[in-house]
Amino acid sequence: MFVARSIAADHKDLIHDVSYDFHGRRMATCSSDQSVKVWDKSESGEWLCTASWKTHSGSVWRVTWAHPEFGQVLASCSFDRTAAVWEEIVGESNDKQRGLSHWIKRTTLVDSRTSVTDVKFAPKHMGLMLTTCSADGVVRIYEAPDVMNLSQWSLQHEISCKLSCSCISWNPSSSRAHPSMFAVGSDDSNVASGGKVQIYEYNENTRKYGKVETLMTVTDAVHDIAFAPNLGRSFHVLAIATKDVRIFKLAPMRKESSSTGPSKFEVQIVAQFDNHNSQVWRVSWNITSTLLASSGDDGCVRLWKANYMDNWKCTGILRGDGSPLSASSGQPISTTVGSSLLSQNALNGISAGRYFFPPLDAPRAGSRFGHLLPPSSLIEHCDAELVSQPQQQQSLPHRHSSRALLSLAEAEEQ
Amino acid sequence: MNGRICLNLFKLNFTVFDIFLIWLLKLRVESSNIPALRRGKHMGFAWGQGNIFVYETLFKATGATGSGSPFIHEVRKDEDIYSPILRKLFNESHHIFVGLQTIREDLPKTAHPLIRSVLLQVSILLAIELIWNLCEVLFIDAAPAGSLLLHLLDWVRLHKADVDEKARDVLQSDSPAEHRDYWDVVVSYVLQGRLDEARQMLGKKATLTPAANNIFKMMDNLLSKMPFYNPGGTQTLTEFDVKWRHWHEEVDRCLQDNSFASNQHLEVLCKILLGDEDTLLEHKDLLGTWYHFLVSRLLFCHPTVKPTELHYYAQSCMTMFLDSRSAPEPLDSILLAAFEFDIHQVIKDCSIALNNWWFVAHLTDLLDHCKLLQSHNLHFGSNLREFLLLEYASGLFTHHSLWQLAVDYFDHCLEFGRVYLELQIERVPLDTERKALKVLRICEQRQMSEQVRSICKIMAMRALRNNRLGSALSWSIRAKDAAFATLISERFLQDYCAKGTFSDLDLIDNLGPAMLLSDRLTFLGKYREFHKLYGEKRFKEAAKLLLSLMTAKIAPRSFWMTLLTDALPLLEQKEVIFSADQTYELMFCLEELTSSLNTPSSDSDKSMQVQISSFPASETFM
Repeated sequence: MFVARSIAADHKDLIHDVSYDFHGRRMATCSSDQSVKVWDKSESGEWLCTASWKTHSGSVWRVTWAHPEFGQVLASCSFDRTAAVWEEIVGESNDKQRGLSHWIKRTTLVDSRTSVTDVKFAPKHMGLMLTTCSADGVVRIYEAPDVMNLSQWSLQHEISCKLSCSCISWNPSSSRAHPSMFAVGSDDSNVASGGKVQIYEYNENTRKYGKVETLMTVTDAVHDIAFAPNLGRSFHVLAIATKDVRIFKLAPMRKESSSTGPSKFEVQIVAQFDNHNSQVWRVSWNITSTLLASSGDDGCVRLWKANYMDNWKCTGILRGDGSPLSASSGQPISTTVGSSLLSQNALNGISAGRYFFPPLDAPRAGSRFGHLLPPSSLIEHCDAELVSQPQQQQSLPHRHSSRALLSLAEAEEQ
Repeated sequence: MNGRICLNLFKLNFTVFDIFLIWLLKLRVESSNIPALRRGKHMGFAWGQGNIFVYETLFKATGATGSGSPFIHEVRKDEDIYSPILRKLFNESHHIFVGLQTIREDLPKTAHPLIRSVLLQVSILLAIELIWNLCEVLFIDAAPAGSLLLHLLDWVRLHKADVDEKARDVLQSDSPAEHRDYWDVVVSYVLQGRLDEARQMLGKKATLTPAANNIFKMMDNLLSKMPFYNPGGTQTLTEFDVKWRHWHEEVDRCLQDNSFASNQHLEVLCKILLGDEDTLLEHKDLLGTWYHFLVSRLLFCHPTVKPTELHYYAQSCMTMFLDSRSAPEPLDSILLAAFEFDIHQVIKDCSIALNNWWFVAHLTDLLDHCKLLQSHNLHFGSNLREFLLLEYASGLFTHHSLWQLAVDYFDHCLEFGRVYLELQIERVPLDTERKALKVLRICEQRQMSEQVRSICKIMAMRALRNNRLGSALSWSIRAKDAAFATLISERFLQDYCAKGTFSDLDLIDNLGPAMLLSDRLTFLGKYREFHKLYGEKRFKEAAKLLLSLMTAKIAPRSFWMTLLTDALPLLEQKEVIFSADQTYELMFCLEELTSSLNTPSSDSDKSMQVQISSFPASETFM
């Protein structure tokens, strides 16, 4: 893994969320500076900010994209107790030339009396539906009946979860065998208040969402929750960020054909990792759910992968190395990040590196690899030679080019 | 026959298999430091396609503010797929892969000349090629005793080509026999069993030193007589063995009676021919690698080595060749595992040592087609082959053009291939209509109706947002999205009301049966047909159609007034176009409209009255 490029986000405060659009060509960021920015990937692969606007009167916690079937639509939620829906307007031609886009607010959802902690669009097969959850323990499901008129949203469901809600996730399965389902997590830290993950399912008869399951084993505060893509399986997989990373399997139990009651599930924990040492704040699946990423109090992002036996293992760790910034906006930096590899592998008692070629020996006459040495760009380990040199030297040339952006990190270093 | 030896060699039980995969995953732990993110700060992230975005943040529930790093870093995994040379490799191997899937019968014995030729172009891939070729020799060709050594010799010659370069230098010099590399070349030739070339080289020296002519002749004689097994010939392996032993004894006699004592170089050659280990090891620099040493040693000591015995020699040669200080490197372990016929170890070690899944995926696929892998139900892939192919293809999907190759790989993964393809293909950015059509075709060929619908819907929405009504309409027709087609038809009609003309006539004129997708679309198509008839002065037909649009309730009520207005010029024509019955019906429609518009609001009523009173049809009729 390597850092392909760094982007100066230019938010005036902490970034809370970064969200890709469905095709991975656009990105939205939100921050405590109360703004949302939209970034577009240029043909050369650079990320350019095409819109930046104040969205809320408090920290913006989350930003999320609607499916492109509904156009270019964003939703954001904030500490200011509201969620908002934004739509991009195809602007005047001179705006396009300047690489700018216009986003206008279609609606503000003001039903919550407390901070809105998460906002998610429902799976597209349900239509254009937006879900929020808030610190007062209420999940709200809104619907835009006319996808061409996003200023009209009706509150369809209001579900009280009794506990302060921190996160929500829809089950993406579009199978007819699975009723619409979402999970909500609570960051209530009182162990005595019971299970912190609740599963709700839509009941065709009552036309309401009803609680079908509470994960009683999860009693600590839950910060994030994510259903995996279904892959055509009969069961569902749910990842939870609490004091550790947990992965649950929810297998619907066979219902009697006459029964119209709520589904029952066989709940099974398939993995539990405390590698983050303390609180885990985010969990997220990749497209095919072969990888789960988590972020925790240890300051690392860890990647998890399962084999066919449901044996989950850590396959990657991303961590800040504390070195100063070394590139300006959008510029690709060629720093490879293989240098920590050796020590990490040694730490795990693994002798085999990931790469073929020995890092330290210079090719010598008669060396087994004298004739096999690859172009240096292809071997990350060659960087090991640079390890002995002070980090500063590497970054100096860049730092001169982007001094203005670096004040913070430099100050830290001095 | 193919692979039977191997099958017998490793009757794997599945627990070994399990451990292997766990291992495979465990060992691939990579740790990456992100420059400029401070230690101890929280790191937020977002998944992209083939990459992850990370940024510094603080996860706290309260209204957190603070000074964070304002940078977002894009972290990518396989940079390999962006190398143009490797892209070529991916493309070539894709052809071979697809070809291989259709071969049901006997396996392609030397299936991969193409892969070999591409591999040659890339230096980093030399190691891969080395492994690949050895696997071909051992697993796929599964050469029996006798031919096995010949294959191994070919393998070593292929990968130790620097002899030829040196030989060229020597031969091109003014006096080759005096060249400082002269003897190195001779010895190297002998070590690789290239005895004819060695003899030619020796000939150069012999002519220069007539005094020593005798012993050169003697060496030439020994070299020329060395027997090589001929797999195609009539000679049995035992006969060959006897012949070889005779020759070996003869060489030994020459050494014992000090025939070559006068020329140390020839004496060394003689010892090499006898397979003397010490002498061989003195030429480490010429051998270069332990596996060259292994093959040379087999050539001169055990030319009839059996596959089952290989691992013993391999192990001992590696130990002898490598200093006790230097530990074997990944490449050594992989080759050793291959010599031990431990396919799974080879695959495992390769997954660890190599940077992407290309090699293991293709090797495993080939081995699977050789029936060398037992299938085993994997949860994330029906077997090892599928597991690896899915990983490889998913990697390809992150690339802006290589994703098309991945489609075929997914097609040949029976269990999860389709679901993976569905998930990945709908995320391919639809930058242009052309690309959208390409993606669409792939989905249509595979009856992925939901993806087809979604792509068309996305394109329709995008076109509508950009006010390209024609494109939006044709995409929504393709998506069979009635609601959206209605909406766009409305837009067309609104546009007509505003401008008095239609855009995208081509499309609307040629709707055909697609017109039936929605009522409004039907109306749009029919209404345009009316205009066409009118334009062609086919007034009778036009009038009939216009009327039927109202009487058959095809036209929305809101549009009736426009239709009635359209009837005016027809009524004003000199000749009678509407028959009495038709005019009556027209009146009836008008009445129906006015009565339905009889809303409480008198204002709107009045305006209707005004319009009606100015309606000349009534006058004409009266």
